[in-house]
Amino acid sequence: MALTSLLSASDLDRRTAVELLDLAEEMATVAGREVKKLPALRGRTVVNLFFEDSTRTRISFEAAAKRLSADVINFAAKGSSVSKGESLQDTAQTLAAMGVDGVVVRHPGSGAPHRLAQAGWLEAPIINAGDGTHEHPTQALLDAFTLRRVLHGEPASGAAGTGADGKDLAGATVMIVGDVLHSRVARSNVRTLHTLGASVVLVAPATLLPWGVESWPCQVRYDLDEAIAEFAPDAVMMLRIQLERMHQAFFPNAREYTRLWGLSAARLHALPADAWVMHPGPMNRGVEISAAAADSPRALVLDQVANGVAVRMATLYHLLTGEDSH
Amino acid sequence: MRIRIAGARVLGGQAQDIEIADGRLAEPGSAGRPDLTVDADGLIALPGLVDMHVHLREPGREDAETVETGSRAAARGGFTAVLAMANTQPTADTAGVVEQVWRLGRESGWTQVQPIGAVTAGLEGTRLAELGAMARSAAGVRIFSDDGHCVSDPLLMRRALEYVKGFDGMIAQHAQEPRLTEGAQMNEGVVSAELGLPGWPAAAEEAIIARDVLLAQHVGARLHICHVSTAGSVEIIRWAKSRGARITAEVTPHHLILTDDLVRSYDPVYKVNPPLRTAEDAAALRQAVLDGTIDVIATDHAPHPAEHKCCEWTAAAMGMVGMETALAVVRLAMREEEGFGWDQVARLMSRNPARIAGLPGQGHGFEPGAHANIVLVDPGAPHTIDPADSASLGRNNPFAGTEVDTAVHSTFLYGHPVVLDGELQAPHPASKEDTWPL
Repeated sequence: MALTSLLSASDLDRRTAVELLDLAEEMATVAGREVKKLPALRGRTVVNLFFEDSTRTRISFEAAAKRLSADVINFAAKGSSVSKGESLQDTAQTLAAMGVDGVVVRHPGSGAPHRLAQAGWLEAPIINAGDGTHEHPTQALLDAFTLRRVLHGEPASGAAGTGADGKDLAGATVMIVGDVLHSRVARSNVRTLHTLGASVVLVAPATLLPWGVESWPCQVRYDLDEAIAEFAPDAVMMLRIQLERMHQAFFPNAREYTRLWGLSAARLHALPADAWVMHPGPMNRGVEISAAAADSPRALVLDQVANGVAVRMATLYHLLTGEDSH
Repeated sequence: MRIRIAGARVLGGQAQDIEIADGRLAEPGSAGRPDLTVDADGLIALPGLVDMHVHLREPGREDAETVETGSRAAARGGFTAVLAMANTQPTADTAGVVEQVWRLGRESGWTQVQPIGAVTAGLEGTRLAELGAMARSAAGVRIFSDDGHCVSDPLLMRRALEYVKGFDGMIAQHAQEPRLTEGAQMNEGVVSAELGLPGWPAAAEEAIIARDVLLAQHVGARLHICHVSTAGSVEIIRWAKSRGARITAEVTPHHLILTDDLVRSYDPVYKVNPPLRTAEDAAALRQAVLDGTIDVIATDHAPHPAEHKCCEWTAAAMGMVGMETALAVVRLAMREEEGFGWDQVARLMSRNPARIAGLPGQGHGFEPGAHANIVLVDPGAPHTIDPADSASLGRNNPFAGTEVDTAVHSTFLYGHPVVLDGELQAPHPASKEDTWPL
């Protein structure tokens, strides 16, 4: 399907998702070159419109756009409501008047990128770089990309130049552990992993699962040890837990959370020997993930970061040129 | 002024002539030569509609609505009386503010504006507002509500219910347990889970209603539940009524027909409090209207300036306009073949709210001598709802683009035509006089 914006992981069917991952494999080869740059988006302007601080995500998108030779404008807009200053509408129309070619938006409110894409304020493609507790689709793509590489070899796309489709994640079992309720990463990953054929298992205390999670295309368990034994996952994805959640009675305290849902050294040991450990970062070492797990040879945390640039290059290229590959 | 309405179907019945003289209904043929004859062929005559729940925003937010513009919208919607909620700035929590709203209503003269007083000072939920002073003021307040906020303190709610018994007052509760709805953005359900918006669980409404019906029965007080939105609330109200509690309940037109699926658009026009619920909830509400569990359809007309709706969902204000399209939407939601005929429209949108609010000149029958508050409705007027075609300052109408077939043709306010053939005419000439409206 021809994407006009990437707002949600549900915008991606299997074919489009695989195409983006294949394109990202091509983009990844740029990182290995002496000159890490392609001319693909020369003369185009990409705005990183960040209503919420996220240095990691911003520099990942910035690096991606620059490696495609786009001009990058970073627009940090704090606050967004009428009472706090310039409205989303005015910001969007300002960018439209400047003639930008793509907008990467990060916003604390769920749905803000949808609003930007659908309100008619600007025409440029919108990439959701994380909205509230809704979605973070490029994170899900980079996680899928990372998983596909470790499960299928590198590169995991079809043989270069043959036009053959790359592989999906059929048969893999991925366990996502932690604060699903507040996690845009989890929402996007459940959808993307399901679209790519993987089985997804969510593990969390019931307080940190959204009401109605049964309607999601995944299984749900409350007990991490039992879930590890039951599913023998190919990968576990640990979600960051915000410690202030315990003040809102989502769980009694950090110690209990770590004891029951943290990836301890013992649980790392209980996982299948070939299981991979993932985390979207930034990690709370000693809380949801132990140093043993974070630093183990099975940890993919830095691969995820590195792959983020390639996946975002592919997304920008696809949306701004309307092409699947070179 | 003498008016002859020729050939109107009273409450949907046989066509007959209606004569009005000096603000009251007269025996047909007795009024002599009329000053105005209205051809009502094919039109339905109903008692003037009474909206128990509107936000007129004045004083304080005259950019959103004024008593004048809201009154015009009421007249166009067929409402000959509206009850104005207390969440103005300043709050309508003193005799001075309710008298101001009451006076502004009389100066407008497009509809009868009856102020609702706040239950607690500043809607803060900590101490009672001057309930007695508001009751004894010129505005004669009988309904008290912190609408927009719940009177969540159970002891304060009990005291308020008891205190207003002394002047036949009533508390209208906005049922929303505040702790269960902190930061809530939409109905808690499968849609909120998918959209990542903090949920407003049905139980937060139902828990307050359950508590309050028990309290009201315990102290023998009247209680009105504003904008019931869930199937569970209907069950509790049905149960409370079966026990003989003095409970009345209202539903909005939008909760009868719109559902939380619409929030998938993230368009803030669908953001409202209580939130749009599920299709099962809407079906239960329609059934409750049919079986009498719900007494009143009221709009919760809540105009907002464009900048409070043309933004991202999470920053947007909650509320929808509704007075001008209420009748058409109710006709769309409630099917005549299911037993919701014109007499039911009159019951839910005129007689019951007039009785509950204690407005003797409203919600009457068509017998000679009754006050001539009448609306003529055209049931065969297909049109598309256009938010810009509105006397309200608010354009936040979620029914934009909806095809409806019912339109308000004329509105007579105490015998004076404030709307004819869909057009505003002139306010009631005597509305500023001391004797008006009674």
